[in-house]
Amino acid sequence: MRFDTPAMTNPIDQGKVVGQRIHRIDGPLKTTGRAVYAYEWHDSNGRYVYGYIVGSAIAKGRIRSMDVSAARNAPGVLAVVTSDGIGDLKKGKYNTAKLFGGTEIQHYHQAIAVVVAETFEEARAAAALVKVDYAEEKGAFDLEAAKDTAVKPEEGEPDSAAGDFDAAFETAAVKFDQTYTTPDQSHAMMEPHASIAAWNGDELTVWTSSQMIDWWRTDLATTLGIDKEKVHIMSPFIGGGFGCKLFLRADAVLAALAAREAKRPVKVALPRPFLMNNTTHRPATIQRIRIGAERDGRITAIAHESWSGDLPGGGPEVAVQQTRLLYAGANRMTATRLATLDLPEGNAMRAPGEAPGMMALEIAIDEMAERLGRDPVDFRIINDTQVDPEKPERPFSHRNLVGCLRTGAERFGWQDRSKQPGGRREGNWLVGMGVASAFRNNLLVPSGARVRLDREGIVTVETDMTDIGTGSYTIIAQTAAEMLGVPVDKVAVSLGDSRFPVSSGSGGQFGGNCSTAGVYAACVKLREAVAQKLGFNSPDELTFSGGEVRAGDRRMPLAQAASDEALVAEDRIEFGDLDKTHQQSTFGAHFVEVGVDVATGETRIRRMLAVCGAGRILNPITARSQVIGAMTMGVGGALSEELVVDTERGFFVNHDLAAYEVPVHADIPHQEVIFLDESDPMSSPMKAKGIAELGLCGVAAAVANAIYNATGVRVRKYPITLDKLINGLPEVS
Amino acid sequence: MRAFSYERASTIEAAAKAAASTDGAKFIAGGTNLLDLMKLEIETPTHLIDVNRLGVDRIEPTPEGGLRIGALVRNTDLAADERIRRDYAVLARALLAGASGQLRNRATTAGNLLQRTRCPYFYDTSQPCNKRQPGSGCSALSGFSRQLAVVGVSDACIANHPSDMAVAMRALDAIVETVRSDGTTRSVPIADLHRLPGDTPHIEHVLERGELITAVVLPKPLSGKHIYRKVRDRASYAFALVSIAAVVLPDGTGRVAVGGIAPKPWRDEAAERELPNGARAVTAKLLANARPTEQNAFKMALVERTLSAVLAEARG
Ligand SMILES: Cc1cc2nc3c(=O)[nH]c(=O)nc-3n(C[C@H](O)[C@H](O)[C@H](O)COP(=O)(O)OP(=O)(O)OC[C@H]3O[C@@H](n4cnc5c(N)ncnc54)[C@H](O)[C@@H]3O)c2cc1C
Ligand code: SF4
Repeated sequence: MRFDTPAMTNPIDQGKVVGQRIHRIDGPLKTTGRAVYAYEWHDSNGRYVYGYIVGSAIAKGRIRSMDVSAARNAPGVLAVVTSDGIGDLKKGKYNTAKLFGGTEIQHYHQAIAVVVAETFEEARAAAALVKVDYAEEKGAFDLEAAKDTAVKPEEGEPDSAAGDFDAAFETAAVKFDQTYTTPDQSHAMMEPHASIAAWNGDELTVWTSSQMIDWWRTDLATTLGIDKEKVHIMSPFIGGGFGCKLFLRADAVLAALAAREAKRPVKVALPRPFLMNNTTHRPATIQRIRIGAERDGRITAIAHESWSGDLPGGGPEVAVQQTRLLYAGANRMTATRLATLDLPEGNAMRAPGEAPGMMALEIAIDEMAERLGRDPVDFRIINDTQVDPEKPERPFSHRNLVGCLRTGAERFGWQDRSKQPGGRREGNWLVGMGVASAFRNNLLVPSGARVRLDREGIVTVETDMTDIGTGSYTIIAQTAAEMLGVPVDKVAVSLGDSRFPVSSGSGGQFGGNCSTAGVYAACVKLREAVAQKLGFNSPDELTFSGGEVRAGDRRMPLAQAASDEALVAEDRIEFGDLDKTHQQSTFGAHFVEVGVDVATGETRIRRMLAVCGAGRILNPITARSQVIGAMTMGVGGALSEELVVDTERGFFVNHDLAAYEVPVHADIPHQEVIFLDESDPMSSPMKAKGIAELGLCGVAAAVANAIYNATGVRVRKYPITLDKLINGLPEVS
Repeated sequence: MRAFSYERASTIEAAAKAAASTDGAKFIAGGTNLLDLMKLEIETPTHLIDVNRLGVDRIEPTPEGGLRIGALVRNTDLAADERIRRDYAVLARALLAGASGQLRNRATTAGNLLQRTRCPYFYDTSQPCNKRQPGSGCSALSGFSRQLAVVGVSDACIANHPSDMAVAMRALDAIVETVRSDGTTRSVPIADLHRLPGDTPHIEHVLERGELITAVVLPKPLSGKHIYRKVRDRASYAFALVSIAAVVLPDGTGRVAVGGIAPKPWRDEAAERELPNGARAVTAKLLANARPTEQNAFKMALVERTLSAVLAEARG
């Protein structure tokens, strides 16, 4: 199905199932431990053995030699596969650094060997016996120091401009110019990367934890130099990813190579420290923002420049992209620059670009509002735009940022915010409120699905879509149920298997809208097949409801269409140019109240509210869960999350979850989420848009702004830890 | 983790003896610290002596009016004990500020005292660290040191001691009772248990090989306000940047020990005498010889500010 004209009224609009508060259909499996995650896969025929990774102890250089004799002779050891032994392997399309192979070291903890043994403990003990002689080289590890060497990236749109920023800024009545930094961040999902690989002749099956089945399949085939058709990927349950499982990772490659060598199925999980230095992370940024405005608050000039670093061949963190679209202003420019750093590979993490971009932009907007003497909510509303500010002929498909801000302000009690920073004190707490807009683009990605109706009236959906904890199983079941007029418990959903039609996968907050649109497309075909089978003329005049198919007075049980054989339909949603003619984005507003301990500078969140305008909400329960998870991640980004770079040795030092502090329950008290009732016919037949990343964009800035409101201390360097506050707090002695 | 042999000791004397007679032996109690370190091969004992069944897991009154806490009393049980909560509230509060419920269920009194630093380089066997590998250098001095010690440090090591419990025990002048491998016993004031790093940061306490902690004795209860204030980056499940254990009398005198800033719970009786003069006077003495790094210099101000909040709470 090609989606190139706005959606008309369709069966999804009935809203009998889609949009309802339906609990996760995979919930009971998860709460009873029957959902099988990658590492837990157990086939009674498979005599699994264990692979343990050896990572590089240097950040840059070469392996002169490796001595694996002690490891090979250690108890239980079956095989040792080394990167220098295996020679150069091809690199997957989506990987920047090599996952394995060759003697060059590109970053700390890059995989250089895998030791296979009968037990996990034996493999780990033997891995410690591998001796490596390195030729270490100097590297670049400090973004601040490398900033001036940054260049314009070759791909993407590193520069954008409209009007004449320089002239307009120069003559603006009120000017603002500040620089912000955001640190490297880790995805820190609960389930580590883990794979089991088993060879059957030249065919490879890998149970893994992947957000994008087809990308993994393709890149694994490329890396191993085998035919993609010979690779089978299974990833039905995933314990979080946040972007860290978008691209093929070392666990799958090592498991496959180790299994080939050991001639046994091999399990490989990355130990927690490898999450930080072996896989990907969100790159740090330095961002400069300039805003010029009239005294009445209208922005006349806005500029956003961002610097980040990556390994050679990598890409920038596009932290400026929201600034091209979020606020009005005739004169504007953005620039993205990329330095070469020899840290581990930077790559997508939840809301890449907008998450760090909004961390900076939305503090800048708060600062500018103050400079103009305007309320920060009003300042944002004054500068709303209904068109792409760079191309005014291009409207937003649907945009209700103003509604989000107004609703939020009212529900949060924004009018009680002290106008004076540091003006509200409760006991030992300085209390403040902050706001930020939320913004994230809506991306459209083709997605396929297969649906089958059997004689019991059960509808089975198969797609290689993944559920990374988001609720894909549930919203897909709801979609099929709505389309075919059956209750959700008559729908079976199978995901995460490369034998199924290729889907959008989970990423960029496109999975919910796109994968259900793919299921919609397949269901449209199935409805046609049902109509034909049951002898109805045109599927358009049919109603699918209550397990029946009706036209006028004629009604027949749906299952009857499959009485002699199951009916199967497959289709794929493909998108035309509605996202070119219209700017498709999602909007929201975050409100946060914090308390800052007047003596210690500890910031504790008191309450949070997110209001989201993001198209049709397919399931308020799973959508809310996405948004509160994102708000939680935003709190981490604001207050504690930072991969600390050792700029001498070239690695992330705090590489475990004791030292990389994500919020715990005690950090997160009251969270509320409001969804505006809207739908966007430009986005897909589902009229839904992304929500999961929107919920993150702006949160940290709202916290930062609340801290400023509480204390009068403006911190422009994330995370906002107490050491950055205490010197500005009132005397207590 | 290296292969090791294991035995479960049934008497105190046998445990101490076994530890002294086997090279590379270590006691294991809750295992919440030791096992993690073994998995990373930071600790590589060849033999583990499990002390969990020694029966030293009771809290009993002493003739002097104090309490004797068995070495194996779990942190959870200690924090919940009625006498501790009533008469040694600073200790109960310190315990509850540490780790998580699950960890406290396993963690023991002796194990908590002897837990090792959380310096990130100590935890990364690819990096130089004098404490882990004497003579290899200290990565933290030129690296990431925000969490680490500002006082009591040396050029060889600036690691801090991570315990909360020990800070309260230091304020209470607890006494550590041990049995040596020859069967003799001794009492070590907690002030003397941990050693400063000097040139030998790998030697962290005064216990001899095979010396087993059997109990910690708390002297008679102290009257006054018992306060434990732990300052950290997140509200729970984080090690202290700075923590303060204080017992303050209505006249403003009292005791104060500080955690998070030194290789051992930090208390200075001379500084303490300044308590009636306020936090600034105390901190000036307490941190007189401090040598912070650029990254952890904030702890200097933080100690003073936290202490002044504690004193205000005591007055309030
Ligand atoms: C994630 C995490 C967070 C934590 N957070 C905190 C925190 O916030 N605050 C805090 O204070 N602590 C914290 N801890 C540390 C925790 O308190 C310690 O791990 C625990 O107290 C150690 O006790 P254990 O009985 O498990 O010791 P073990 O691991 O069994 O032993 C520790 C050491 O003590 C020795 N030992 C044990 N018993 C004896 C004995 N009877 N005689 C002589 N030597 C003995 C062992 O040989 C070993 O060297 C945390 C730990 C973890 C893993
Ligand atoms: S501070 Fe101590 S523990 Fe940390 S790296 Fe230096 S020597 Fe090792």
